[in-house]
Amino acid sequence: MSGSSGLSEEWLIRGAAIAGADPKDIHLKDGVIAAIGDAISAPDATVLDAAGLVALPGLVDLHTHLREPGREDAETVETGTRAAALGGYTAVHAMANTEPVADTAGVVEQVWRLGEQAGYVDVRPVGAVTVGLHGKQLAELGAMADSAARVRVFSDDGFCVADPLLMRRALEYVKAFDGVIAQHAQEPRLTEGAQLNEGEMSSRLGLAGWPAAAEEAIIARDVLLAAHVDSALHVCHVSTAGSVEIIRWAKSKGWRVTAEVTPHHLLLTDDLAVDYDPRFKVNPPLRTKADIEALRAGLADGTIDCVATDHAPHPVEAKETEWAEAANGMTGLETALRVVQLAMVDTGLLDWAGVADRMSARPAAIGRVPGHGQPLAVGAPANLTLYDPAVPATPVDAAAHASKSRNTPFAGMPLPGAVVATFLRGTATVLDGKVTR
Amino acid sequence: MNPHLISAADLSRDDAVLILDTAEELASVEGRAIRKLPTLRGRTVVNLFYEDSTRTRTSFEAAAKRLSADVINFSAKGSSVAKGESLKDTALTLEAMGADAVVIRHPASGAPRRLTGWISGRVVNAGDGTHEHPTQALLDAFTMRQRLIGTGAGAGAGARAAAGAGAGADRRGRDLDGLRVTIVGDVLHSRVARSNVLLLSTLGAQVTLVAPPTLMPHAVGTWPCRAGYELDSELRKSDVVMMLRVQQERMTAAYFPTVREYRRRYGLDAGRMALLPEHAIVMHPGPMNRGVEIAADVADSARSTIVQQVANGVTVRMAVLYLMLGGMAEGAA
Repeated sequence: MSGSSGLSEEWLIRGAAIAGADPKDIHLKDGVIAAIGDAISAPDATVLDAAGLVALPGLVDLHTHLREPGREDAETVETGTRAAALGGYTAVHAMANTEPVADTAGVVEQVWRLGEQAGYVDVRPVGAVTVGLHGKQLAELGAMADSAARVRVFSDDGFCVADPLLMRRALEYVKAFDGVIAQHAQEPRLTEGAQLNEGEMSSRLGLAGWPAAAEEAIIARDVLLAAHVDSALHVCHVSTAGSVEIIRWAKSKGWRVTAEVTPHHLLLTDDLAVDYDPRFKVNPPLRTKADIEALRAGLADGTIDCVATDHAPHPVEAKETEWAEAANGMTGLETALRVVQLAMVDTGLLDWAGVADRMSARPAAIGRVPGHGQPLAVGAPANLTLYDPAVPATPVDAAAHASKSRNTPFAGMPLPGAVVATFLRGTATVLDGKVTR
Repeated sequence: MNPHLISAADLSRDDAVLILDTAEELASVEGRAIRKLPTLRGRTVVNLFYEDSTRTRTSFEAAAKRLSADVINFSAKGSSVAKGESLKDTALTLEAMGADAVVIRHPASGAPRRLTGWISGRVVNAGDGTHEHPTQALLDAFTMRQRLIGTGAGAGAGARAAAGAGAGADRRGRDLDGLRVTIVGDVLHSRVARSNVLLLSTLGAQVTLVAPPTLMPHAVGTWPCRAGYELDSELRKSDVVMMLRVQQERMTAAYFPTVREYRRRYGLDAGRMALLPEHAIVMHPGPMNRGVEIAADVADSARSTIVQQVANGVTVRMAVLYLMLGGMAEGAA
């Protein structure tokens, strides 16, 4: 390839189906899309033959655990963002449950700078809602919003902001800087010691149940609070059919509620816990087939705004243990788009324009991410992903992942498609399915 | 037969009957002057106990020793990550020691299943969390067969219609077809109940669970048994009533208002026992809370099989170890 640094790269992408439409040439120059058309001439550009590939606006993840600072044994900003680029992402939101917690301007700026240095994707730090994620006292949300990291999404993810008054205050407070509270909806008393979706599998396996109602009760409460104070609520990792119904109802009222679903909740059920393999342990837990169907339908009709990975890397020893001892979480950045193809596109529920909306435009809008999620059009920042949906399903090889961790639930599972290339402001971060550096 | 015994669901009807028949045979050894068999000489059985359980550990220890196995008792308190060595590392250590079988008791559901992925020896689940306790179910089934099958006792069940002298020979090869078993108490947290429901239904018994709704598993409707909340009506049509222990921690966690109310609604006292058919037996996996789920005069009555269950525990565990380690060739069902 030519032009390995920054804005000097110039690319001519030949014959890509933009969001699944008829093939066009796309000319990337000076970090923006310089032209779109048929048989474009750009003598100085490197030509990339994109016949058969789908071009999507660079994917935006609202929910990524990069683990740095504090748990660099599981992931670093460098390795996590490399994984993100390989998954077709150009921007990720780094969750706040680091050590120390991202509850001050200092920590969010550190994470943001690490992202700048890594350079694979734009890293948007998420700020903690409460000090130390303890759910007692609001963190300095304004200081984080005003910092160089320009935080707009606040979340205690991993923990629910369970105190209803504190949740109300947080929703109100972030209105001053157009922020959004991303809630991990889990009623804590109803889920003490919870290990697995409460149902047939948990009953049989003797694992403490995590009832759907514990998620739905918090969502129901929070949509009412968001309506009352006219603020923006985002619901993280929606996992139950009941949650989809509540969100659909809230949206029908015109309330400012958005929601995400993870790739694993679109594909995997709690049956997978049968051998107590903690690769399938996640919070919220894997649910049932009926929940999957409701989540897919919700994503298809827009009730659920976006797919977010909840990429949660853990070192080997955190999963090579008894189920109850094991850490919650699954990696997801490098498999998300392939899972969405399998669960949503190949099933006819979503077309590629829909994928562009749910994995780029809407998450960028919810996260207030400048320069991302825009339709691929002349003058727009050249953030885009080239994806080959025709690659036959091949088993996922966890060892080949760029993430530092191997806790993918999809290991060995055949998934279709492949990310071929990713461009961040006109610079290739991924080519031929490999990072460029 | 399955190489491991993790769940009662691992056993087919024929597997289970074979274990009971083998136990019947081994029971005759009990009568001899020398109570040891050379069957497992040179084999190593490790008792890996992460919970205090003197009764289960000594039962397995006695079983292994009567089969002449070398026994290593490995007790580890608490759970892995928080307190030193992980279960996997312990498993690798046992593997290096050449354990032919590991008998594991663990507070985490599924720990024995995890263990099977890390060692090459056989794994016997001696109780994992709130999951299962398959050898308890086997000794319970053995006790039921001993007391109620081939004896002419009981009503209704065709298998028991032909009255016999009660000798072991009449019971061999037979299952628990038609036997009506009522299991009462904290089903939600009971590994004994889970294993019994699976094993007894495999053996043809009709199992009914009775518990306050708070202590019934959420999806009990998918289990191979009936479930209800009212005890007295069930007692009248039970051949067996099995009382489960109420753990101390449940008494303070809002599963029921008070111990007194629990006892009144679900405890088995002499008055309730009188509702049982004449031949019916009373079982308890122990340890008992006398005066809570079971009254002292019931526990000590002639209907009670509680001491017999303990004795049968050794025999049944001998049969399990024998079939898993020694008698695989002829034991394969």
